[in-house]
Amino acid sequence: MSSTEITRETSAVMDEPREQPATDDVVLRLEDLVVEFPAGAGQIVHAVSGINLEVRRGETLGLVGESGCGKSTTGRAIMQLPRPTSGSVHFDGRDLASLSAEEVRKLRPKLQMIFQDPISSLNPRRRIPDIVGDPLVVWGRGSEKAKVVPEVLRAVGLDPDQVADRRPHQFSGGQCQRVSIARALVLEPEVLICDEPVSALDVSVQAQILNLLEDMKARYGLTLVFIAHDLGVVRNISDRVAVMYLGRICELGPTEALFDAPVHPYSRLLVSSIPSMEGAQRGEVGTGEMPSPVSPPSGCRFRTRCPLATERCASEVPEMREVAPDRFTACHHPILDTPVEASLPVAGAAPAGAGDPSTNGSAPAPADS
Amino acid sequence: MRPTTPTAEKAPTTTDTTTGRHARREGFEDGALLTVDDVHVRFHTRNGVVHAVEGVSMALSEGEVLAVVGESGSGKTVFTRRVMGLISGSRDTDVEGTVTFDGIRLSELDAKGLSKVWGKEIALVLQDPMTSLNPVKRIGTQITETLRLHQNLTKQDANARAVELLRSVGLSEPERRVRQYPHELSGGMRQRVTIAIALSCSPRLLLADEPTTALDVTVQAQILDLLGDLQSRLGMAMLLVTHDLRVVRSRSDRIAVMYAGRIVETAATKDLFDAPRMPYTEALMNAVPPITGPNHVRLAVIPGRPPDLLAPPKGCRFSPRCPYAQDRCLTEEPPLRDAAELPGGATGDHSFRCWYPVGTAENVEARRVNVERGETAAGTPVTGEMVPA
Repeated sequence: MSSTEITRETSAVMDEPREQPATDDVVLRLEDLVVEFPAGAGQIVHAVSGINLEVRRGETLGLVGESGCGKSTTGRAIMQLPRPTSGSVHFDGRDLASLSAEEVRKLRPKLQMIFQDPISSLNPRRRIPDIVGDPLVVWGRGSEKAKVVPEVLRAVGLDPDQVADRRPHQFSGGQCQRVSIARALVLEPEVLICDEPVSALDVSVQAQILNLLEDMKARYGLTLVFIAHDLGVVRNISDRVAVMYLGRICELGPTEALFDAPVHPYSRLLVSSIPSMEGAQRGEVGTGEMPSPVSPPSGCRFRTRCPLATERCASEVPEMREVAPDRFTACHHPILDTPVEASLPVAGAAPAGAGDPSTNGSAPAPADS
Repeated sequence: MRPTTPTAEKAPTTTDTTTGRHARREGFEDGALLTVDDVHVRFHTRNGVVHAVEGVSMALSEGEVLAVVGESGSGKTVFTRRVMGLISGSRDTDVEGTVTFDGIRLSELDAKGLSKVWGKEIALVLQDPMTSLNPVKRIGTQITETLRLHQNLTKQDANARAVELLRSVGLSEPERRVRQYPHELSGGMRQRVTIAIALSCSPRLLLADEPTTALDVTVQAQILDLLGDLQSRLGMAMLLVTHDLRVVRSRSDRIAVMYAGRIVETAATKDLFDAPRMPYTEALMNAVPPITGPNHVRLAVIPGRPPDLLAPPKGCRFSPRCPYAQDRCLTEEPPLRDAAELPGGATGDHSFRCWYPVGTAENVEARRVNVERGETAAGTPVTGEMVPA
């Protein structure tokens, strides 16, 4: 990870075929972001393989996908934790990847993150007000602590007097997550990256934290990047959703539209699999599992599970394109205007000898997009 | 006070005639395969006594799927383990009540007696497929172990059966899989293996404790469908333990909701979803983010958190978090009441623990009183919009 730092940020910055001009309502722009990890024996884990994504100021962007799809790695790459292997992260118009460590550090107050396990992300030996006030001290604003910390604690629903002498182990998971949120907010960031913030919590507590995040977003004017595997949660909190599969984004669009009529076969599978409160699954349930990111399939990475896969999908990596206003997908055979409850059109179904025989592994395509 | 008398319309013994496997034992006629009566489990810890399961009773007939739903700390896992016989009385553990499986008192068997039932008659699938498999034994060995113990198969026959089992749970290339070790498989594949092991001796009862919680949503759907399919094909009864109400909606005949060690509501699945009576069940349903309709919906919140079992609240266990709580709820614990007593209620067996059940005039009145004074009798703030009408 550290070995690949600061090396190749220059190459793929400007020649991206992204149509939309960089408008100033874009607060965060990922361009051709690649993150790879060594997996031993000369193998490489292609965790994130060429992601282009814009986060608009004031929106909540949901990042969903199954475990191993690279959603958390993407979140951390935005924070430069660790730095991406290549590609760039533009924040407020500056490319974080080209900045020195010190310059990145200076931007961190504007870019904060909360994590899945609220208890282990807090120092067990310190008292709550110190945990929350520490960022102020680090940034030389220690004198404001007495005023700001109680304010933030109150904002996240904790009583400053009650928690004054307490340490993290004296709190439940939900309360610790409130503390984490308070710590992230104390410097008034612009962007808050939430990595599975509610998946360790009970259903009854989860709703409290989700409502709190919505409140905090309104109160502090935040932009949220919300990473989660629980689709119901993402659907409720996000304005737009990006669906990831095996290191790539396969679909990006406004939440309701995407969940009601997903365009990419994988998003469709994902949405169909949600058990619904109203009864059975919404659509057809697929088969198979995600291949290993060490040797991802060539072409479209979903083709080994895709009911619509053709030969083209094996040879040609689908580019991200706009298939409807504000709806993007990377698929050769997008499913247009079909609600998720309807069954798939069979027309493009895999002709004999398509990509099937060469499933995962036989043609380990290097992940260069 | 037995909340779950088995539903009659279910025809649980259909497979008996076809397979001959499920021949009933003599002298056991009331149709219940598993009867749990007034089970208590208490743990003595350094900090005091944890009453993890408190007077739970239920009955499960052959071929029936009963879902036990609850949050962490509700006692659902301890209960499952007690049913299985994995928790028994010891110096720091008190157990009470009886567990009867097909006329056998499981709760009185020792380890030796239980081992004749485990795997053969009752099987268990756990949440984490990595830790429930032995990491240093091949998949095949782990399956044939049970087969050879209970069914006296030769090595070859057992191996062939193992391959067959893996195929039946939807694993690709079963011949290769039997030679592999658990770490070579993904989480979903491992869970298929544990299911194959559980089913290897065609048990009549499957206990599945959060079988899909560790899995991704697309795999979760596959595993649940697989379990449902096998369950109906083999005519197994299943106790499906989960924290996720959504998971069980289409996959259970009955649901028992647990809270703080007690069953607080039990009903046929449809009745429970159509007309929950216990405010906790209602709140649990509302707290789940909807997957249709507009986004940015304000979620109904259950204030506070699940109670500390070292010092459970007096009266109704849910009263500190309940929007309807009145004085009576704080002092007097409601018994399991039959929904048939309620005006306009009552279909099948439906019982709940509440003095002011949802959908009654008492409930509306309790809510009005609480909204008026701005808080419940337990002092929890109540706003007008906390629970949808």
